Amino acid sequence: MYQLTVEELHKQYGTHEVLKGVSLQAKAGDVISIIGSSGSGKSTFLRCINFLEQPSKGRIFVGNEEVRTVADKNGALRAVDPRQLQRLRTRLAMVFQHFNLWGHMTVLENVIEAPVNVLGLDRDEAIVRARRYLAKVGLAAAVEDKYPSHLSGGQQQRVAIARALAMEPEVMLFDEPTSALDPELVGEVLRVMQALAEEGRTMVVVTHEMGFAREVSNHVIFLHQGRIEEQGDPRQVLVAPRSERLAQFLSGSLK
Amino acid sequence: MNQIIAIVQEYGQAYLWSDGYRLSGLAMTLWLLLLSIAIGFVLSVPLAVARVAPNRFISGPVWLYTYVFRGTPLYIQLLIIYSGIYSLESVRAQPLLDAFFREGFNCTLLAFALNTCAYTTEVFAGMIRETPHGEIEAARAFGMSRFTLYRRIILPSALRRALPSYSNEVILMLHSTSIAFTATVPDLLKVARDVNSATYASFEAFGLAAVLYASVVFALVWLFRRCERRWLAFLQPRAH
Repeated sequence: MYQLTVEELHKQYGTHEVLKGVSLQAKAGDVISIIGSSGSGKSTFLRCINFLEQPSKGRIFVGNEEVRTVADKNGALRAVDPRQLQRLRTRLAMVFQHFNLWGHMTVLENVIEAPVNVLGLDRDEAIVRARRYLAKVGLAAAVEDKYPSHLSGGQQQRVAIARALAMEPEVMLFDEPTSALDPELVGEVLRVMQALAEEGRTMVVVTHEMGFAREVSNHVIFLHQGRIEEQGDPRQVLVAPRSERLAQFLSGSLK
Repeated sequence: MNQIIAIVQEYGQAYLWSDGYRLSGLAMTLWLLLLSIAIGFVLSVPLAVARVAPNRFISGPVWLYTYVFRGTPLYIQLLIIYSGIYSLESVRAQPLLDAFFREGFNCTLLAFALNTCAYTTEVFAGMIRETPHGEIEAARAFGMSRFTLYRRIILPSALRRALPSYSNEVILMLHSTSIAFTATVPDLLKVARDVNSATYASFEAFGLAAVLYASVVFALVWLFRRCERRWLAFLQPRAH
C-alpha cells in the first residue's frame, strides 16, 4: 500500500507547461529526494501535491483516498470539496524553504496551533505533544516562549519541522528546507531530517543537498524541464548516471 | 492665577463630569470617544476583511464607504447627520427615526462611529494585505479552513501590526470629539466655551480644556505603549 501516489501530474502556467506528466509513489518509510536545476519544476511538483498550486492534470492519492478534483474555467484543477482537501492536507505536513512560521506566535504556540485548531486536539495534550517533538528536533525548553524572529534560521527551520511532526502526518513534504540557511546552519537541519528518516518516516524532499540525497534517501528523482529524466536508487543514479543531463547536473553541483 | 482658581472652584465639576443634571466635560468627551471607538472597531474588522476580498461586489461598497467618509470633513458629516437628515420630512414621519435623529448625542455618536470606522477599516485592510504570504500558505498547507485562517492567523497578526497606526487614530478621534458641541452635546470644549462666555477669561477657560485633552492623550499614549510592548514583541529586533 502506498502512502502517497501521484499519477501523471501536469502543470501549466498560461501556455508554458512546467510539469509534463510526473508520477511518484511513496511506500511507508520511503525517503524520496527530488533533485534538478532551478526551473526544472521540482518545487512546483511538491506544491501541487497538497494543492498550494493547482495542477492542470493528474491524480493524487493520500493513502487510498483520492483528492476529488474538478477543472476550473482556466483549466486548472481544484478540490471539489474544500473540507476533503483540508482533511487530506493534515496528513501531508509541509516544511518550507523560508520556514513560514507564524510570526505573532511563540515557538510553542506555533507547534500546537494546527493540532488544536485543525485536528481538534485538547490544548494540554497538544502541549505535551509539542514539547516531545521540540525535544526531538533538539530545541531546549528555553526557546518555547520565544518568537520566531528571535531565533536563528536553523532553529526556525527545526521549529517548522516540529510543527509538521506535531500533526503526526503520514507523509512529510520538504520544500528545499536548507536552501535559505547560512552554510554553517545547514548541518543541524539535515541531521534532524536524517534522524526522522531513520525512524521510518515517509518523506518527500526537494533538495539541493546531494549528500542528503545520496546518503539518506532510498529513491531519487531527477527532474529536467518538467519530466523525470532519471530515477532510482541514489547510490546507482547519483554515482553512475545514465543520462547525460544528470551527469552534467551532478558535475555542476560538485558534492 | 486667582481667575483659574475661581473657574476651577465654580466650573470644575462641569469640566470634569457633570454640569449639575447630566454628563458633561471630560466625562462626556471620554464617553463619546469610548463608544465611537468601540463601535468603529467592531464594525471595521469585518469591513476590513470585505475590503480585501477579491470579489468586487464585496470590496466595492466598502471602498465607496471609506472613500466618502475619509473624503469629506467630519464636521460636514456631523452637520448632515444632525441638521440635514432631520430636516427631511420622510425621516420625521418615521417615529423611530424621528426619535433617533432628534437627539444630538445620537447624531454625534453616529457621525463619529462611522467616521472612525472608515479610517480604521483602511488601516486594518492595509495590514491584512501585508500579511506575509508564506504564513498564509503554511496555514493552508496545515489544513486550515478560510475561517480559521482569518481567525487564527491573518486577523491576530494584522491587528497587532496595526497598533501604532490605530493608536494614532484613537488620539485623532479624541481631538475630533471637540466638535460635538455643534450638536449641543456638552463635551469638554462645550463647557469651555460656556465658561468663556460667562467669564470672558478666554485663556483660562480654553487653557484648562487643553490641559485636560493633553492629559488624556498622555494616558492613551502610555496605554498603547504597554499594549505594543505586549503584543508587538514579535516584531522587536533582538540578537540571537
